[in-house]
Amino acid sequence: MNPLIIKPEELLQTARNFEMLYDLTAIDETTREHTTDFTMVYHFLSLKNAEFTCVKVPIENDRQEVPSLSSIFKNANWYEREVYDLFGLKFSGHPDLRRILMPESWVGHPLRKTHPARATEMGPYQLPDAKQDYEQGMLRYKPKESGGDYLYLNLGPQHPGTHGVLRLILKMDGEIIEEIIPDIGYHHRGAEKMGERQTWHTYIPYTDRIDYLSGVMNNLAYLLSVEQLAAIEVPARAQVIRVMLCELFRIASHLVWYGTFVQDIGAMSPVFYMFTDREHVLKIVEGITGGRMHPSWFRIGGVAHDLPEGWQQGVQNFLDYFPKRLAEYDSLVMQNMILKARTVGVGAYNTKEAIEWGVTGPGLRATGLDWDLRKAKPYSGYENFEFDIPVAQKGDCYDRAFVRIEEMRQSLRIIEQCLKNMPAGDYKSDHPLTTPPNKDRTLVHIETLINHFLNTTWGPVMPAGESFHAIEAAKGTNAYYLVSDGGTHSYRTRIRTPSFPHMQMLPLLARGSTISDLMAILGSIDFVLADLDR
Amino acid sequence: MLLGPITIASLLVWGERRLLALFQERHGPNRIGILGLGQLPADILKMFFKQDWIPPFADKFVFVLAPAIIMSTSLLSFMVIPAAPGFVVLDSEIGLLIFLALSSLGAYSVVLAGWSSNNKYALLGGLRAAGQMLGYEVFMGLSIMGVAARAGSFNLSKIVESQTGCWNILPQILGFVIFYIAALAETHRTPFDLAEAESELVAGFHAEYSGLKFGMFFVGEYVGVTLMSAMMTVLFLGGWQGPLLPPVVWFTIKTCLLICSFVLVRGTLPRLRYDQLIVMGWKYLLPLALFNLLVTAGVILW
Repeated sequence: MNPLIIKPEELLQTARNFEMLYDLTAIDETTREHTTDFTMVYHFLSLKNAEFTCVKVPIENDRQEVPSLSSIFKNANWYEREVYDLFGLKFSGHPDLRRILMPESWVGHPLRKTHPARATEMGPYQLPDAKQDYEQGMLRYKPKESGGDYLYLNLGPQHPGTHGVLRLILKMDGEIIEEIIPDIGYHHRGAEKMGERQTWHTYIPYTDRIDYLSGVMNNLAYLLSVEQLAAIEVPARAQVIRVMLCELFRIASHLVWYGTFVQDIGAMSPVFYMFTDREHVLKIVEGITGGRMHPSWFRIGGVAHDLPEGWQQGVQNFLDYFPKRLAEYDSLVMQNMILKARTVGVGAYNTKEAIEWGVTGPGLRATGLDWDLRKAKPYSGYENFEFDIPVAQKGDCYDRAFVRIEEMRQSLRIIEQCLKNMPAGDYKSDHPLTTPPNKDRTLVHIETLINHFLNTTWGPVMPAGESFHAIEAAKGTNAYYLVSDGGTHSYRTRIRTPSFPHMQMLPLLARGSTISDLMAILGSIDFVLADLDR
Repeated sequence: MLLGPITIASLLVWGERRLLALFQERHGPNRIGILGLGQLPADILKMFFKQDWIPPFADKFVFVLAPAIIMSTSLLSFMVIPAAPGFVVLDSEIGLLIFLALSSLGAYSVVLAGWSSNNKYALLGGLRAAGQMLGYEVFMGLSIMGVAARAGSFNLSKIVESQTGCWNILPQILGFVIFYIAALAETHRTPFDLAEAESELVAGFHAEYSGLKFGMFFVGEYVGVTLMSAMMTVLFLGGWQGPLLPPVVWFTIKTCLLICSFVLVRGTLPRLRYDQLIVMGWKYLLPLALFNLLVTAGVILW
């Protein structure tokens, strides 16, 4: 990684050269050797060659304002609010700079090094009546402008259509949504902060719980970043095993989306069929990894175990079984007239808007752009697989659904290739930082034994540096940006998730439509609250 | 007479869940008693012992009245339905009109429930119900006028007798389909459960209801389904007519099959948007119903 380091004044000028703002975050430098207190880190993406450019802007201290990028990139709005919330940095020219993940009443900025990381460092929690009333009062939505005959509807944080703790404030004229204000952060668990106190190895299970429907796919994004940091080469067999499990999880994740999407539109049965199918996927996952939703099975330098004996049978059974079911769903769901009436032309956006708002994954491909990171910048050996990138043209709810369903078929193709061409060899790298190292060798080889001991007691020590790796996850591209200062923990872990920019786009999609349409749109975005709030 | 529909409707509480489970590759309630039939008394007991909660912000009188309306109107409608020759409470010459009038009254229940709950979700549900009623009431009445014209009477027993030899479902297939759609809308069931719409309005009009009052909406819906199925049996499927078995049995079989079809539809279709329902009603089904009536009248006069 060779970040471009510029001054704050040059930021706007530099940013104009890039196509998409991919990620925006900050680092609190105060507890390591530093010249400035903070560093702003921008990741820009140019889609054509799938090139990520890292731009860093050192910030003297929290009194210095950073120019806001929201005039150039629409998605900068929420990202800058997040940095304001978690680091306390201010952005000049930002239209609506307030907290986004933490409640308005929160004191301090959690990702600063001075902020406690655990509840035990904070003294016992108390909630006297006065405080509760105050907190409740903060949650009350007070419309900025008075007048106008509008109905303000508080949708969530507990609502069956939001699939989790998401709160939307709707300003409605009859059933027409005039404005929509998402209030997120109810699922915020400080996953990035936890990264700063877990070792590189013990952080793996935390990643599973980011996009909790895609299991090991999160591990992959994180581990590719770690392996980039340590320059670990993963053996071919481990790569193919990883790809196979990721594709299984892509199917599992899409199945949950499929069922809930159709349920949001009002059909009650499909969700049961899709969960039944997902169960088949999870059984395979269980057979291979021992876990189901959160196997945490990938390791630095490979995977935890070799494939069990007879794994082929389960996978083969699924490959035989699933295409028929998919075809059945096409006639039950996708060709249903009511479903089409509810989704065609609803919540549409074009490629230009998608790029402006930082949309990736099926949401981007539904607008007609065949951009898939697995093809554009293959990782973990995806270049060796044959598969197509499904696209659709109109970018509405129906097209997003269509793309995901075709993706499941492509995932099946990839899994079949994994099954037929599983390479022999090691499932773990020989690299000394592989954690835990190959057990066979620890018993006969003193160096490996020492590594084993150190890596499992202290945790592996990663060389100082930075790494950034993105993967094509089920909901869009997922990336981890890791900063190491040469210790057993990361100095800063940044998780760039797809749900965050996608949810930010919601007001654009739902303005002017009805509550029914809003549910179709929410369903078609395919977000997970844990992925949104981290 | 009242015992029949109430028994069927309350059995439906269990029956619908079992049938849906069958369609959805799962078991459904099968733990209590034989085939899980004990679920029914268990549910009833649960409803009885739940706190009968009236929200402090609700309009109390209307709030209590609303669930009573749906139960009483749908149960009252049964009085005009002949289950066998002579087996009818009120053999009225205007039986069909009484049925239509009572079913229109039933819509008030939902609207009032939504309004009196003083809850935004319930209000939206009530409004949707009102809009929905405007959408289907018109073609519902018109779709069965063909049947009345063929029988030359609004008396339901005479309508059944007029079907000897040829059930109305054959000449009046269009009327049957339109009435079936109207019946789905009338009972607020998928794809027309807009007023309830659990994924959008959480529970819509009955969001604030609990205990027995909720139970009345719940069972009221099933009474409505039973009523509509019985009505379709009378109007289109030759009522009690059939070989060998006694008339009441035939009537029950036909009604139950129609009820199962309601459940099947619920298990299959997604929900329409309310504007789509109104457009469908006024732009497509109303002209179709008129066309059906015209052709029927033409054929009769010719």
